[in-house]
Amino acid sequence: MQQLQDRLWQSFPLGEWDERRENLAFVTVRRDILRSLLQHLRDREGFTHLVILTAVDWLEEGEFQLTYLLHNRDKAMDLGVRIRIPREGASMESIHDLWPTAATYQRELREMFGIDFPESPGVNEEFILEGWNDIPPYRRDFDTLKYAEENYVHRPGRETRDPAEYMKQQLYPDGKGNS
Amino acid sequence: MKEELEKRIVRTPDGQEIEVEPLRDYYCEAGPTVQTPEYTGIIEKFFNWARAESLWILGFGTGCGAIEMRPLMTPRFDAYRYGIQWRPTPRQANLFVISGYLSVKTLKRVIRSYEQMQNPKYVVGLGSCTINGGMYWDSYNTIKRLDQYLPVDLYIAGCMPRPEALLQGFEDLKKIIRAGEGEGANHYAENFEWYKANQKAVIHDWDMPDYNW
Repeated sequence: MQQLQDRLWQSFPLGEWDERRENLAFVTVRRDILRSLLQHLRDREGFTHLVILTAVDWLEEGEFQLTYLLHNRDKAMDLGVRIRIPREGASMESIHDLWPTAATYQRELREMFGIDFPESPGVNEEFILEGWNDIPPYRRDFDTLKYAEENYVHRPGRETRDPAEYMKQQLYPDGKGNS
Repeated sequence: MKEELEKRIVRTPDGQEIEVEPLRDYYCEAGPTVQTPEYTGIIEKFFNWARAESLWILGFGTGCGAIEMRPLMTPRFDAYRYGIQWRPTPRQANLFVISGYLSVKTLKRVIRSYEQMQNPKYVVGLGSCTINGGMYWDSYNTIKRLDQYLPVDLYIAGCMPRPEALLQGFEDLKKIIRAGEGEGANHYAENFEWYKANQKAVIHDWDMPDYNW
């Protein structure tokens, strides 16, 4: 992993390097070098498999973080490439020509986070939701409980109990439990 | 409305132009009707006994509860000895087991399947998700009460109920049917407008006929 880091440093201005295990690391990069870095990792370093493309909503900082997780089969090694994009009018360059599977992830991110990937095939088609009429549901400012209460009829009388406390009360009503 | 459902003109291989309107051509527009008993008491009772002994389940697993159906089909619990079997198409089934949580997207398919089943038909809600939302009570895409959208004859509580609980539930359903109270389809026909309004309130991209059978 250290060797990989050193080799990459020679060609790319990398940001923070976060090594989790000897075969898993995350690296933060600038948006403009992402594409060439991914291509380099795929073609020169053997990271041929795009495991997942996913997003994190940093609401307070007004940013989305995209993670491109790559896998190197020969060395059994994973490398996550992170970038930050502004949350307002979120849009990102598509990488479906590097990995065709990315188009599916990008379609999902478009629907669930509202991140646009222009030119990605079918990115504006519905992915999981049908007829969604609110802000994208994976955004952190989307209030799922409020949405559920407004849109669905709830059965009255639902109670919530702490399981441990409730079972203690049921099993030892006089409070003389063995704990 | 999806493109393939819209009215349009298509050209046949031999050059003929024909007008196609899928929603009219493929479906019947008539709504459901209430079916009243046609015979005297004792014959209806005999019919109800026969109906109770022929529960044919639509093999449509909507949620995680579908996993409980597999042991029922196989020798260990063997529901077939009670006259219960699974069918691959709604046309051949009369019992719809809603097995677990129901997302809005699945609800749409469930409604279509339910309406295609033939009378008399029954609905069993399986697991706490169909009763009050269960662990998905605050989810943005699952319904919380099945009886708002379909006429439910029986609920089986649990998360998940064991196959034994299902067998017990099917036995209870038989008692309901034998007593002549399995009138879900008639209830659906009588309150058709109410059910449709509820269904359309959650299914935002309604692109099918109001009743399809």
